[in-house]
Order: sequence, then structure tokens, then C-alpha cells
Amino acid sequence: MTTRRRLAVFATGIALFAGLLTATFVVPFGLLAGRSAEAEIVADLSDHLVAITTGFTGARVLLFGAREAEGDVVVVVRGPRRPMVVRRKGRIAGIWVNEAEMRFQDVPAYYTVASNVPLETIPDSVRARHELGSGFVRMVPPEPAARDEVMAFRAALIRNMQGADLYYVPEPAPVAFLGDTLFRTNIILPANAPVGLYEAAIFLIRDDDVVSAQSTPLQVSKIGFEAWVFDFAHRHALAYGVLAILIAVVAGWLASAIFRKD
Amino acid sequence: MDIYLPIAEVSVNVFLILGLGGGVGFLSGLFGVGGGFLMTPLLLFIGIPAPVAVATEANQIVASSVSGVLAHWRRGNVDFRMGLVLLAGGFIGSTVGVWLFTLLKQMGQIDLVIRLSFVLFLSVIGALMLVESVKAMRGRRTGAPPKPKAQRSWVDALPLKMRFRRSHLYISALLPLTVGFFVGMMAAIMGVGGGFIMVPAMIYLLGMPTSVVIGTSLFQIIFVTANVTLLQAVTNQTVDVVLALLLLIGGVIGAQFGARAGAKLRGDQLRVLLALLVLAVGVKLAFDLVLEPDDLYSLAGIGTP
Repeated sequence: MTTRRRLAVFATGIALFAGLLTATFVVPFGLLAGRSAEAEIVADLSDHLVAITTGFTGARVLLFGAREAEGDVVVVVRGPRRPMVVRRKGRIAGIWVNEAEMRFQDVPAYYTVASNVPLETIPDSVRARHELGSGFVRMVPPEPAARDEVMAFRAALIRNMQGADLYYVPEPAPVAFLGDTLFRTNIILPANAPVGLYEAAIFLIRDDDVVSAQSTPLQVSKIGFEAWVFDFAHRHALAYGVLAILIAVVAGWLASAIFRKD
Repeated sequence: MDIYLPIAEVSVNVFLILGLGGGVGFLSGLFGVGGGFLMTPLLLFIGIPAPVAVATEANQIVASSVSGVLAHWRRGNVDFRMGLVLLAGGFIGSTVGVWLFTLLKQMGQIDLVIRLSFVLFLSVIGALMLVESVKAMRGRRTGAPPKPKAQRSWVDALPLKMRFRRSHLYISALLPLTVGFFVGMMAAIMGVGGGFIMVPAMIYLLGMPTSVVIGTSLFQIIFVTANVTLLQAVTNQTVDVVLALLLLIGGVIGAQFGARAGAKLRGDQLRVLLALLVLAVGVKLAFDLVLEPDDLYSLAGIGTP
């Protein structure tokens, strides 16, 4: 075999290999990209786990991503859903007393939104469907109640959550673009962030509708000593109580032994 | 330096808590009072949820009563027979109290009841202390003798008489049972040892000699607050050991300094100051109840699932 022929075979092999590669990877990818609009936006978090430890004073999680097509980017982060009770005080004999209450089911214990455009530019129907803005967070009282009452209690719930830094106020956080495709935003978790599974949902909005969406989980957990104490107190309440008493008795005895004067 | 309290689920400054424990401990060492009736409202002021404040304070009182009772025990100043009868009432009272506490918590009224109880007790105790200490100051100047004990007639007619040797008493067991019951209930709902109620009740109602009163009341308080701690831990999970430990460290150190300062300082003026402090805390709590809140609406259950 001459060197020339050997080279030709080698070249053919390379070509075949390249063709195979194209067939297996590039073509289906192209087909997928062409077929589905879902991949127009991709995003991820810098951290999927936020640990609440002794010195926890809040955390900042970076959300970054890219859009493959034109459109506005809205990011919604929702905490674990929980039942919540809102109570209203009234004046009875000169003292302010809780006199009415309303229960809501499945209220996100944390809620924030980030957007590169004012949320008002998005139609209400779209905002309601995807909970874009705290006014559109779904919270339903299980018992029927007058509409005015529900609205008042709902507004109070949102206001109180905002006061506790658990719902965003008053404007959505900015989504910053680097060039045309790359974007980033910060998710701020306050010191009192409730534990549980959070969800960050990223929406690409074009022509007054969501054209692509993606969601990614975020776990907020108590880690270390606090987690252990909390867990112990709730799971083995009796043992925890006994231990609390023992600690107190030993501490009291120690104190008296150390400072004994006679 | 902030620390995250695992049960209260709030971040607090370590030195603030140590300082509170130390300050209240100093006062308790100075005046020989338990300090729970000051500590629980102060915990409320710094934003500890009321149920956690009450349950945790009960836990801390276990410790301070243990260290207090040991000294009295060594001197033989504990009437165990009387203590056990008081304790029987205390167990029933604190168990009923925790049950009531849980019920009120579910109804959303526990905060109000805790605060109202404190307003009532602090203003009454503060006023009585103020009057008494002002009288004592005047009395010392004029040299008038203290008033004799009030006569007890209906008390002697009660059934179930028992002999209490250390206290030199032969009285109905119903009396200490009742006193124990009410103090136990207060321990459960207010997170106080109740010494400031029990000591006068033991002296004036039961007629016990002053020498055994404090030791016996401390003995009873240990077990009643331990019962409260256990029941709160089991039913409401509101005992924060980290908070209790911090308060305890501050309290123990403060109490030693207080006791030393108390030996050097004149008592009467200080009692007036304590009375004014108690009144001030009561008035602040009362104002919070009467003033229109910024937001009429409040949330329950942000932190807990």
C-alpha cells in the first residue's frame, strides 16, 4: 500500500466517522430544536441547596441562563406551600383582640419575582395562570366567604409576608442581560426563610404569552446543630422535654457548686 | 454575633440574650425574686414568639430554682411535706394550664391571654411593692413596728387537716393544694415560677414561718416548671433549649453579682426601683394592648408547617 492510498483510506474513515457523529448527535438535536419551542430558554441556579446554620443571616442564590429567542424573561421563586391563618384584631372593651380569622390553603411560604420588564406589560390572564406577581399568587380559603372579606384577608396576608421579607416588595427584582442572550438575577433568601423545597420557574414571554418555560428546584434546609435540635424536638418530643429538664437541673446544680460560698 | 434559635426560628444577638439573662439574674440575686415575671415580657419585647418565650422561660426557671434550693436545703429550710402538698396542686394546675394554653393557641388568643395576665399581675405586684417599700422607708424613719398578722378564722374550719412539722402548722391540706394549683397554672400560661405570688400566699394565707418559705417555694417551683417544660415540649414543641441555655448562663452570672451587690447596698430604695421597673414593664404591655396596632391583621404559622 502506498502512502497516498493509506491517506485516502484514512480520510474516508474520518469522513465516515464525522458523518456518523453528525447523524447521531447533530441531526436529532437540530430536529428537536426545530420541533420544540420549550428549549428557547435555559437557566440554572448557582446553588440548589441553601443550608440554614447557626450563623444564618440570609442567602443569595444566583440564577443564570440564556434565551435562544426574542422575548422578556420573568423569574418566579416560590417556597413550600403551607396552610396559613390570617387573623384580624378588633377593639373589645378598649383592648385589641383577635376577633376574626381566615384560613388559606397551599400558600407559598416564600414568593419573589424578577423581570426585565414591568409586570404590568404582561396581560392579567397570563399573570394569573403563572402566578406572575404577588397579587396573582393563588390562595384559596377552603370555606366559602364573602368576596370583600377574602380580598381583605388576602391583601393582609401578602402585606404581612412582605413585612417579614418573605414576599418581594414593591417592584420585581431586575433581570440583567449580558448581551442579547445571557441573563442573570439574584434570589435573596432572608434570615427567616422557611425550610422546604422551593421552585424557581423561568418564563420567556413574547407577544403577550409564555412561549417557553423551565423550572428548577431549590432546597432550603436546616443543617447541623439547629436541624438536629428542631428535628429532635418534633420527632422525639418526650425525650427532648426530659433532656431540656436534665440540662436545666445540671446547669443549676453546677452554678450552685461553682459559686458556693460556704 | 447573631445566633439562629432552632425552635423560636428567629435570629437573635447572642450578647443581647446573655445581657437580658444577666440583667434579670442580677435583679433576682439582688432581691431574691425568680425573675420569670420580668424575663418573659422582655423576651416578648425582643420578638420571641409568645408561646416559645413562656415555655422556654419555664425551662430556665428549673435551673435557677435548682441552684437556689440547694443552698436552702443545706440549711434545712425546706418543708418537704408542705412542698409535696403544694406540688400535688401544682401538678394539677400546670397540667390544666398547658391544656388551656394549647386550646388558646389554637383559638389564636394565647398572645392576648399571656399579655393580659402579665399586665394584671405586674401592675398589682408593682403597686403593692411600691406601697410596701415606701411604707417600710417611712416606718424605719418613724420607728413604727410592722403590723401583726391577720386573723384566720374560716381557714381553720376547712377539712383534711394535716400536720406540717417544719412549718409548725396544723392546717387543711386544701389550702396549700389550692395555692399550688393556681401557681401551677400561672407557670404554664405565663412562664413564671410564681414565687412572687406563692411567697406572700404562704406567709399570709398559710401562716408559714418566713425562714422555710423561700426554700419550700423553690422546691415546689422546680417540679412544677419541670412539668410545664415537659408538657410544653410534648404538646406544643415550644421549648427552645438554645435560648434557655443562653438565658441560663447570663442569669447564673448575673445572680451572683446581684447577691453580692445586695449584701452591700441598701434595700429600701432598690425595692422602690424594682417596683417601678415592674410597673414600667406592665404599663408598656398595657399600652401595646390598648394602642391601635399598625396592622389589624396578623399571620399565624409562618415558620411552622
